[in-house]
Amino acid sequence: MKENIAAPKRRSLGAWALIAAPYLWLLILFLVPFLIVFKISLSQVAIAIPPYIPAFDLAEGWQAFRDNLSELSFENYIWLTEDDLYWKSYLSSVTIAGISTLLTLLIGYPIAYGMARSPRSIRPTLLMLVILPFWTSFLIRVYAWIGILKNEGLLNQLLLALGIISEPMVILNTNIAVYIGIVYSYLPFLVLPLYASLERLDGSLLEAAEDLGCPPWKAFWKITLPLSLPGMIAGCFLVFIPAVGEFVIPDLLGGSDTLMIGKTLWVEFFSNRDWPVSSAVAVILLMILVIPIVLFQNQQQKMSERDG
Amino acid sequence: MTRGPTWFNITSLVVGFSFLYLPIVLLVIYSFNESRLVTVWGGFSTKWYASLLQNEQLLDAAWVTLRVAFVSASIATVFGTMAALVLVRSGRFLGRSFFSGMIFAPLVMPEVILGLSLLLLFVAIDQTRGFWTVMLAHTTFAMCYVAVVVQSRLVGFDKSIEEAAEDLGCPPVKTFFLITLPIILPGVIAGWMLAFTLSLDDLVIASFTTGPGATTLPMKIYSQVRLGVTPEINAVCTILVALVTVGVIAASIVTKRQQVQRERDERAAFGNDMT
Repeated sequence: MKENIAAPKRRSLGAWALIAAPYLWLLILFLVPFLIVFKISLSQVAIAIPPYIPAFDLAEGWQAFRDNLSELSFENYIWLTEDDLYWKSYLSSVTIAGISTLLTLLIGYPIAYGMARSPRSIRPTLLMLVILPFWTSFLIRVYAWIGILKNEGLLNQLLLALGIISEPMVILNTNIAVYIGIVYSYLPFLVLPLYASLERLDGSLLEAAEDLGCPPWKAFWKITLPLSLPGMIAGCFLVFIPAVGEFVIPDLLGGSDTLMIGKTLWVEFFSNRDWPVSSAVAVILLMILVIPIVLFQNQQQKMSERDG
Repeated sequence: MTRGPTWFNITSLVVGFSFLYLPIVLLVIYSFNESRLVTVWGGFSTKWYASLLQNEQLLDAAWVTLRVAFVSASIATVFGTMAALVLVRSGRFLGRSFFSGMIFAPLVMPEVILGLSLLLLFVAIDQTRGFWTVMLAHTTFAMCYVAVVVQSRLVGFDKSIEEAAEDLGCPPVKTFFLITLPIILPGVIAGWMLAFTLSLDDLVIASFTTGPGATTLPMKIYSQVRLGVTPEINAVCTILVALVTVGVIAASIVTKRQQVQRERDERAAFGNDMT
């Protein structure tokens, strides 16, 4: 990151073009779409194609713009606060994502720890094994759990055969299945940054602690855990943020009473064809996520500055 | 941190990796099941694979998906590599942090938001939806992944070779193709592969941005999965998993070999300097 501090050289035309091409692409296909979502969230639903009345149209000049401004409708947002489906969806999305993140951390930490402590020669292979499922289709990995968790599925068959339970457990179409799905799908996101920070940990610190008579669990608590904190935080953000807006997992594994905002938005858009309301849902979801996203980026920046 | 493996570490690795792999292994096994009931084993059979070949809708969807993935991964690799160069090499310019924000945001943004916003853009500019809109949407989020992968490669890069070339009067574009690109090539290839598989997998963004005649394979799988688990879907999934696994392992072996070769070359070059 050092070259950024140096005074910028005078750029040639080519260097400007290099910056402009990806910049423009993202402006047009990432930023502008968000502005459009925001605009449509302020317009009214209509039975038409597309199914909304435009809120304001810049082509009609300043006067028209001012007229429109006074007609702006916050109805969709008021609607969101009045119908408790929406705030319940937001709340339960955040709760489900939070619980799943904690579970992922509990399962992922021992894996990352075991990897970082394994012999150096097998570490690249283990790393590869963690990354590999990440390359396999998300949809397929979620689908694989349906066959396992069903009432007559493999898990129940196994438990019945072993005599642990006497009748099949209902797991599929409950929130438990959603937790399993999220933990399973996002585990690599947590293990990778955590492994990176555990692997960098200076072993001599632990040896020193041991020499001074510190029991292993205390050394872990006082040294390993605090030093792996940046990796833990990065991993948790990487699980939590996308999990809040998850659609596929609650739709396929969850039940009809599993409320998650990604699913609510999908239904509002595809089944009810209410584009303005689904836009408003998206705007609020984005506002909820802006805080963790900004926190995450700051933390990443701090980490890369320290390394650089 | 090297120490002898303890029982705790071995157990957590074994349990962790079984958790990661068991569901996929079961899925693969049951794709060879004779019985239509997915959870009852009725003997070994490859009949579901044969019936796939007759399913024209599925084959069409697979063809659309491969085309979208190929085109979008290729464009995303070009733009993503440019973005990575900008992030690492261009120094300060107006809106730099805004630019890096736009690169990192799509990595964590919920797909429903990306899909909805892109669809509304296409509607606003009156673009008929289909192959091209899905392709543009995939390129947009995939280029951000490519940028991150290539960026990590660029950061650990000896700048002095580039500077030497430029001091000797090599124009920047030529320097890039002769020196920078060969060195970051493993990152660029990994970026392309990542973009390709992301596009291959994507259900949510494709569902929003697609139109008639451009149903992708994940959309097809999703609509069938909603009706229930079938061995046919298991067979499709098995083929996809096999393709990705072979691709990733092959690529990692190739890059590993290249790296060893390059290190050997570098050592040889430095050895010659000494004498």
